[in-house]
Formats: sequence, structure tokens, C-alpha cells
Amino acid sequence: MPFDVLRVRQDFPVLGREVRPGVALVYLDSTATSQKPRQVLEAMDAFYRRSNANIHRGVHTLAEEATAQYEEARARIARFIHAPSPRQIVYTRNTTEAINLVAYAWGRAFLKPGDRILLTEMEHHSNLVPWYLLAQERGLTLDFVPLTDDGHLDLEAYRQRLSDAPRLVAFTHMSNVLGTINPAREMIAQAHQAGAIVLLDGAQSVPHFPVNVQELDVDFLAFSGHKMCGPTGIGVLYGKMHLLEAMPPFLGGGDMIKAVHLGSFVPNEVPYKFEAGTPAIAEAIGLGAAVDYLEQIGMEAIAAHERELTAYALERLEEVPGLHLLGPQAGEKGGVVAFTLDGIHPHDIAQVLDHYGIAVRAGHHCAQPLHERFGIPATARASFYLYTTREEIDKLVEGIYQVKKLFG
Amino acid sequence: MDDLYREIIIEHYKNPRYRGKLEPHDIAFADSNPLCGDHIEIQLRVDPEGRITDARFDGHGCAISQASADLLLESIIGKTLDEVKQLNRQHVLDLLGIELGPVRMKCALLSLKVLKAGVYGLGSADDSLVEE
Ligand SMILES: Cc1ncc(COP(=O)(O)O)c(C=O)c1O
Repeated sequence: MPFDVLRVRQDFPVLGREVRPGVALVYLDSTATSQKPRQVLEAMDAFYRRSNANIHRGVHTLAEEATAQYEEARARIARFIHAPSPRQIVYTRNTTEAINLVAYAWGRAFLKPGDRILLTEMEHHSNLVPWYLLAQERGLTLDFVPLTDDGHLDLEAYRQRLSDAPRLVAFTHMSNVLGTINPAREMIAQAHQAGAIVLLDGAQSVPHFPVNVQELDVDFLAFSGHKMCGPTGIGVLYGKMHLLEAMPPFLGGGDMIKAVHLGSFVPNEVPYKFEAGTPAIAEAIGLGAAVDYLEQIGMEAIAAHERELTAYALERLEEVPGLHLLGPQAGEKGGVVAFTLDGIHPHDIAQVLDHYGIAVRAGHHCAQPLHERFGIPATARASFYLYTTREEIDKLVEGIYQVKKLFG
Repeated sequence: MDDLYREIIIEHYKNPRYRGKLEPHDIAFADSNPLCGDHIEIQLRVDPEGRITDARFDGHGCAISQASADLLLESIIGKTLDEVKQLNRQHVLDLLGIELGPVRMKCALLSLKVLKAGVYGLGSADDSLVEE
């Protein structure tokens, strides 16, 4: 079936709303969180209406149904990223928690004072601060891959930093500000050659283009359900089996144990040893439905749609006098455009655009070091997804001219 | 649009009357809004009776944060430090003459927070200074 954005939009109830009477919503903030199709809302609603029960321990019908649905979702997510086994899918709350899980469980068990971790200047705070905390606690050394002026990682510098033999390399697959898509496969191969293991932040890649963990040969991949048409409160850590098995548990509590005695416990097997307490059951089922939805439309088709929109957006925005775009050219980036306007603070841009129903984000987008690298405190950011249209980009450009008029 | 960007706000943003430095000064304080990077520094000159005789601000940020700093300083010249301690968020909102959501409220109140932290001689500014 050919990709039809207008039909896609029918699936997203919120896209039909007005922000104020007569002002239609133009949602250009999917990088922060995506909207949800009715297929996801209905799957969660059906679960609560029909099968709601706690998982794993019950033998009654509802508990069996809930457990089956929760585990089926895990299997679908595994297929979606081509994981060898559903057991390699650990449910977390979001990308942030998945990264913290690795820092806490793997990092504390396997890193010793003086060990190095290699990060990059384009990371989201959630792929920085967990490592800063670990480094403080364990006496680790952190290194950063610098950025080029056009928003790519400096791969020459990357290779040099690898010669310092970092134990772990953690970087984002796609920047949430620049839109840069990093050459993950080559970078991972080089890291492995240098003896490092690799955590890939997939928060912006898994929702927007096909990601195959086996082809990438990545050791850990973290992503969030809410950025890929799923609900908030559910995310994923994928890990290679030998790494997950070697890691001690994360949080302690019910479900993560095989047995508990007075004064001792036997941890459960992977992935359950990382999933303490009653999890986000309906949300996991919702994420399973989201994955089905994205697959049915086709990740290749979604990526192609976003490439076309991004090229169009860059072309239109480049025409605007006094507007400065951050990041690479079209063709080298995903559907994110961050920009500044001479003499106008990004907050004011976002506020005036909101008047026309246009939702963009303003600030440092949880990537303050990246903004410091470019010497600016903040940017305005518009981002696209499978339901974004060219007309919405036209409205964005018209809105920007209104901003300029007001502050001109 | 008129609601949020009244002429007075645009005017004070584009042509601030109290932007700059005051050397020498008696009181100085600076703080930032971590969410958006707005930054405001305020300097005051105070006479022996504790009356503010002159004031300046410097910094960067959105129109709301910068215009509210300019309007605020205009409103306090001639006031005593004790009077400034009594100022609350309503004072700033009255100066701006607009209603604000929770995010922009922080931008609007940054200058009052900085001013009061300076007048009280505090080591750091926190939101309790601008509570209702
Ligand atoms: C690249 C990147 N990493 C990590 C995150 C954090 O995601 P979450 O807040 O869902 O944990 C985000 C989301 O803003 C992101 O864009």
C-alpha cells in the first residue's frame, strides 16, 4: 500500500483538534514526544476493560491473559529491532532509565578507577549525567568526541580517542537537535576493535528508521515508547545476552527474584532480574501495538516521508532572512530542524508560533553541551513524523515571518 | 497576540531604559533560569536611608524576562529596600499586564527573584522569594 499521509493522520485523534477556536493544531514537536494512533489507545483501553490483572504470578484467566499480552508485546518489540530473542528486551520506563540501568548494573560491576568512557558532544543529558554520576563514584575518566561545524561527529577524533582504550563508548544514533544520523555501524565496529563495548541511544532512531541490532552488532540499545507512537512510562533496553547475564540486578523487589530467604535471595533470569515490581503492563501492551502500527505502515516508508519533508523544510527555511539552521544538510539528517532568528529569543519564536497553533520547542532540548559548542544558549526546534505534511511546514514558515514582523 | 506581546512589552524589550552597568553600586546579584537559559544581573545604588537611587540590569533571554526586568527596575527607583522586600509576583504581573502559564511565569519572575535575593543579601536565589 503506498504511503498516504492524509490517511495516516486519520489514525491520530489529537491531530483533528483546534488549539483555540478556529486555530488548528500544527504539531511539530514529535522529537519530544510523538502523538498516539487510536490503535494504541484502543489496545490499552481493551486491556483495562477486559484483561486487567497483575502478571506472572496469577493462574486465573485474567492473569494468564495479561501475562500473555505483556510477553507478546516483548516478542513484537524484539522482532521490530531484530533482536535474536525476546529475552533480550528489558522493559524500562524510558531511554533514560535504560541508560541508567546499564550505568548502574554493568558499570558498577565491571568498571574500575581509571577506566575511560567515551561520549560525544551531541548527547542528550540522559546519555551524559548517568555516566557523570558513575565516574564520580568510581573514579572514571570521561572523554568526548567533538563536533564539526556542520554538526557531524569528528570521526578522525573518534578514532584517536579510541586509541586510549575506553571500556565503554556511548553515543546517540540520531541527534535530537541537529538531526545528524551517526554512522553507527562503522563506529561500533571500530569501538569493538579497540576493545570497548557500545551503548547506542536509539531514542530518535528506533522511531524514525529501521534499526537492526544484529546488523549494527550493538551491545546495548536504549529507546522510549512515547517517541514511537506508544504511551509514556514504557521504554526498552536491548542487550547482548552474555552482557545481560553477567550483570547484577538493577532494582530489588518482587518479580526480579527466583527465591527469597531470610537474609538472601536468588535473582531471576534475564530479563526479569531487571524488572522489579509491578511493571507498566498496559503501557507495554500499548508499545506492542505501536510497533505493529509502525510495521504495518513500514519503517522504510516513514523514513522516506521524513526525508522528503526535511529536504522541503530546509529549502523553505533557508529562504528566511536572519534565520540560521543548525546541523547537517538535507540527506544527512533526520526530521529535526533547529534554528535561531537574529535578535529574537527562541522562547519568543515558540510563543508567537503557538498563537497560530504551531507547536515547536524552544530551549536547549536537554543538550546543553551541544548548544555551548555552538555558542548559543537556546534554539527553536521543529520536528516531523509520519503524520507531518508539507502544508504544516508552509504554516511554520508563514508563522516565522509573523514572528519577524512582530519583533522587526 | 496582543495578549502576550502587548506594546509595552515589545517596547521595553527593544528599547530598555535600565539596561547596563552601574559602577560603583551597593548591591549586585545575578541568576539564571536553567530551563531556558534566561540570565539577569541587577545592580543597585542605595542611599544612607536605604532608598534605591538608581538601578541597572544586564543579561539575555526572551522578551518577557528582559522586559519585566526593565519594568521592574523602573518601578523600584525611589523605593526603600524594605518596600522592595514586600514586592510579590502580582507586582510583576501588574507591570506586564498579561496572564502567563507556568513556563513563562518563570521568565517573568526571574528579575524579581534576582532583585529580592540581592536586597536580602542571600547567597542564592530560590522560588520561595516570588511565591504568591
Ligand atoms: C537522543 C535522546 N536521548 C534520550 C532521550 C531521553 O528520552 P526519555 O526522556 O524518554 O528518557 C531523548 C528524549 O528527549 C532523546 O532525544
